[in-house]
Amino acid sequence: MSSYETVTARSPEAALATNKLIRNTYTLLSMTLLFSALTATASVFMEMGPMTYLVSIGVAMLLAFFVLPKTANSASGLGVVFAITGLFGFALGPLLNMYLSLSNGPQIIGMAMGGTGVIFLSLSGYALTTRKNFSFMGGFLITGMIVALIAALANIFLAIPALSLAISAVVIMLMSGFILYDTSRMIHEPHGNYLMMTVSLYLSIFNLFVHLLHLLGALSNND
Amino acid sequence: MDLWMKIGSALLIGTMLVILWPRAKVMFKESPKGSAEEWRSALIPLLLVAGFVLLLIMAL
Repeated sequence: MSSYETVTARSPEAALATNKLIRNTYTLLSMTLLFSALTATASVFMEMGPMTYLVSIGVAMLLAFFVLPKTANSASGLGVVFAITGLFGFALGPLLNMYLSLSNGPQIIGMAMGGTGVIFLSLSGYALTTRKNFSFMGGFLITGMIVALIAALANIFLAIPALSLAISAVVIMLMSGFILYDTSRMIHEPHGNYLMMTVSLYLSIFNLFVHLLHLLGALSNND
Repeated sequence: MDLWMKIGSALLIGTMLVILWPRAKVMFKESPKGSAEEWRSALIPLLLVAGFVLLLIMAL
């Protein structure tokens, strides 16, 4: 009887914690997406060089792996999240400028952006409405990510276009899986940290956009 | 891609692999096993994503 009481007494509390986590994560995610759109626009107008992509992503990854976990439970964590997402947005400048120089570049960018939005909203909506637990995908997704990174590392020197496209296709599927995984984590780990959740979802969206852009750009009929 | 970009990209990916590897091992060990039905519930939306991406490619 006591265990029954514990379950029934904790359920509303857990539901409230879940709702709060989802609300906070999506609010912060939309704000960071807007902020990174601003930094990406600034980077496009400043016509930053290709090294900007590597340097910005390198610094953002270091912040995400080493600074954010230490500051995630304090107010400064919010600033770190904006620094990470701002740097990721800034990194997009050279990439967007390259596509904008193509005759159908704006169409490719628009399609990649719209496609990313549709995929993210559909998968997140699916995970939120079905409330299924996708935690079993964690091992598979991280292994896939490691394999994709090794393949990308090899392809820097091999420079095989077909392999590059295959990597982008695989990363799109992996990021879609990570969206399901992270969204279900918000439901089933109600006491998770919303700053970490936001960065995790943001990274999935960022990678999804970059690789969709690459795939659409490579397979379109450019003049 | 010029040589410095290649070296920079390789360094970035190499660093990410070094950082991710121990986390991946923990995640792989702690990840629960999914049933066939659970995998099906994840694969269906992922296949729909693949179909949607194909549709986008054809639309260009």
